[in-house]
Amino acid sequence: MSILDYSALELSKEIKAGNIGVAEATKAVLDHINNTDKNINAFITVADERALQKAESLQKQLAEYRGKEAELSPLFGVPFAVKDNICVKNMRTTCASKILGNFVPTYDATVVSRLESAGAVIIGKTNMDEFAMGSTSETSAFGITKNPADTDCVPGGSSGGSAAAIASGMAYGALGSDTGGSIRQPASYCGVVGLKPTYGRVSRYGLIAYGSSLDQIGPMGKNVEDVAAILDIIAGHDKNDATSADLEGGCFADACVEDVKGLKIGIPKGYFAEGLDGKVKETVLAAAKTLEEKGAIIEEFDLGFEEYAIPAYYTIASAEASSNLERFDGIKYGYRTKEFNGLHNMYKKTRSEGFGPEVKRRIMLGSFVLSSGYYDAYYLKALKVRALIKEAFDRAFEKYDVILGPVAPTTAPKIGTSLTDPLKMYLGDIYTISANLCGIPAISVPCGSDDSGMPIGLQLMGKMFDEKTLIRTAYTFEKARV
Amino acid sequence: MSKEYETVIGLEVHVELATKTKIFCGCSTAFGGEPNTHTCPVCTGMPGSLPVLNKQVLKYAIAVGLATNCEITRFSQFDRKNYFYPDNPQNYQISQLYMPICRDGHVEIENEAGETKKVRIHEIHMEEDAGKLTHDDFYDCTLVDYNRSGVPLIEIVSEPDMRSAEEVISYLETLRTTISYLGASDCKLNEGSMRADVNISVRPVGEKAFGTRTEMKNLNSFRAITHAIEGERARQIDLLESGEKVVQETRRWDDIKGESYPMRSKEDAQDYRYFPDPDLPPIEVSDELLEEIRAAKPEMRPEKMKRYKDEYDIPEYDIGIITSNKHLADLFEETTDVCKQPKKVSNWIMGEILRLMKETETDPENLVFSPENLAKLILLVEQKVINNNMAKSIFEKMFSEDFDPEKYVEEHGLKTVADDGALRKCIEQVLIDNPKSVEDFKAGKDKAIGFLVGQTMKAMKGKADPSAVNEMLRELMK
Repeated sequence: MSILDYSALELSKEIKAGNIGVAEATKAVLDHINNTDKNINAFITVADERALQKAESLQKQLAEYRGKEAELSPLFGVPFAVKDNICVKNMRTTCASKILGNFVPTYDATVVSRLESAGAVIIGKTNMDEFAMGSTSETSAFGITKNPADTDCVPGGSSGGSAAAIASGMAYGALGSDTGGSIRQPASYCGVVGLKPTYGRVSRYGLIAYGSSLDQIGPMGKNVEDVAAILDIIAGHDKNDATSADLEGGCFADACVEDVKGLKIGIPKGYFAEGLDGKVKETVLAAAKTLEEKGAIIEEFDLGFEEYAIPAYYTIASAEASSNLERFDGIKYGYRTKEFNGLHNMYKKTRSEGFGPEVKRRIMLGSFVLSSGYYDAYYLKALKVRALIKEAFDRAFEKYDVILGPVAPTTAPKIGTSLTDPLKMYLGDIYTISANLCGIPAISVPCGSDDSGMPIGLQLMGKMFDEKTLIRTAYTFEKARV
Repeated sequence: MSKEYETVIGLEVHVELATKTKIFCGCSTAFGGEPNTHTCPVCTGMPGSLPVLNKQVLKYAIAVGLATNCEITRFSQFDRKNYFYPDNPQNYQISQLYMPICRDGHVEIENEAGETKKVRIHEIHMEEDAGKLTHDDFYDCTLVDYNRSGVPLIEIVSEPDMRSAEEVISYLETLRTTISYLGASDCKLNEGSMRADVNISVRPVGEKAFGTRTEMKNLNSFRAITHAIEGERARQIDLLESGEKVVQETRRWDDIKGESYPMRSKEDAQDYRYFPDPDLPPIEVSDELLEEIRAAKPEMRPEKMKRYKDEYDIPEYDIGIITSNKHLADLFEETTDVCKQPKKVSNWIMGEILRLMKETETDPENLVFSPENLAKLILLVEQKVINNNMAKSIFEKMFSEDFDPEKYVEEHGLKTVADDGALRKCIEQVLIDNPKSVEDFKAGKDKAIGFLVGQTMKAMKGKADPSAVNEMLRELMK
């Protein structure tokens, strides 16, 4: 068994037992990146020197803890990757955009400082869709990331680099961000586990905002236990994020138990209607059957408002993005156009040259829906729709503990087939965006593959702040599959 | 024959709140400081940073709202005002448009006829200040300092209820006294902690409909405000009289030239694309918070005036002056607490203190001497340890450098000579040296005694009690 085959928790155990050195594991991952990433392009920045230094200092720390290794975090010494829209002090953070191509943050995101204090080794920053806008990781200014299962296919997006890095053994775990499915969908396409926590569960401080009311940082990993362990480290109130929840989460790792007896799982009929690939449908329903066999009560139901989620989502996310991205203006940091004539020409040229087409499309859409005379008709209406969708989910959660469905309508598409038709690409978010609109937690866990071997993910959605039930259900399913 | 015109004025007043830290981060609000030293990722708009509301800003805004009879919005929110400008690091200002924290209030002002008049307040909202741009002529570039970025402001928007410059000044003075009494701001126009934009229109007397208004900016003194209102009234009337129209626009007042020029007109008005800031959860004002703020409300000026009238035997005019500024009133009360001489304290404030403040252009909050030392000085006079003139000359020194006058009098040997023998000797010599005056006095010219008192005081180097000198002179000339 190669070092690279361990799960994050297993690796940390071996490190604490003295069987594997922290630097040894870090070097193994860095070597693997060196050999593999030219084919995958999962990383925008690999911070080898910094990682090796951190590994050395962790090894010393471990020596000081001899005999009381149990006091160290369950992920001590494990190499992790961080999506490139999360700030790491002194490490270039680009959002996969030319406009931030040279940006080096002066501070750590809260999740980063929490991971590092828990003894994680941050090996680098992963590729993504520019400013997390996209479903394929093809809109990056740093090249397309490829799906390790088939390099002709996309890894999904926007956290495609994080998912591909884990799937190809280039990281034991990673942080992603999920605004409309950006953790769950690439997890599904690459065959790894990805969790979007409840809005407010994890601090957004240091996450370069796309849609502030929808964005949530979350863990991605090789299995459910790893993901729960990462969540334990990054979750919790942060005084620097006014939207972070001030409540006790408890231990998520403890939720990894095989027990779904009596658990009520609802399946929205609308999620299995037209547009869903036959093989995906079959595989996801088989997963539901597996859970039923383990004692869960499965029931189909009408959720309602499914068809309004996409327009509401794209209106709200674009509106917020149009404002969030205003700060990228060539004045303070990042790219500035070479030649210009006056302030407004500098703004115009910098932004025209610095942003890619998908980002510009959303800025324009967002500016339009917020503009005077259209605000009520679009933005305000979208907020009302959002409230209705939330009510529909609230009603469903009165009856069910978990809502089960597919993550995406298909498996990973071929590179180059999505961006030509943005509307079609947006429709691919249909099953994931409701969790963001409602703020509820949702997890994607592998449940099979299609005829060409491309992974399929199962999505479980839970009640606000009830990640534990999701983790328990996903864990039970994962164990039942093996 | 030209028509009579009425001026209609409404004000937008920005007040910088007296919090120690900024509205959305922990950076200092202290004035000055090297450029970009009171900054952090939040107030410089770094990617990924998030605003967190400083609770004290909310408390001050509510306190001002309550003191101006506003309704407090129990569920309010912050909105983003989007516009591109380099002094604004996020390219949006966090403000309140849809749900301002206070609404529908009023203050009572006194107009030039001495009547009480209500000026309605449309709303008060909270927002952040922007950074400061400086043009560097040498390098021909513009530099930005974000020290002010994120300094908390409230904007108080009045209804168009004022009809003259006098009413405007009275309104601003009422706001200034109210807000500084609350401790929410020092409200200094010249330092920019209080700024007023004036919306002004004219209409023929008797006309119901408002005329087209203009907004006047860059007014940093009461004088400038008065001039700008008079100038703009005249300009608008001239336009109307010559058959032209007033254009709705923002104008900048140049107080040196005494004229205004247009900054931007409504045609190129920006669309700020206001929307609720998703980074800041809605603000819920609880009953407890309201109660806490109500309970913490200090004694305001009208109550203070009434109490002074009841408690102290001092003229109403003096009460008006002393209570016009919280710091002055504090000085009065703290000094009186020590020396128990309200009338004397009031006289000192109305006399020497105000005179020296005017001469040295010192604001009440910058007075250096302590109330304790002023009280001691007053007591020294009362106990006839020193005379009034000596006290005044000592005070002139205390005004620029605080010290204990008791020690000072001791150390410099300035005590009034109470020894009758020494005084008698001195007076006898004065009488010998000034026979003409003695003669005059004896001939019935009572005024001559003043000269003799002066000569004695001079000989005593001021260390005598003039009334005692007067008495002894009369006795010796009998």
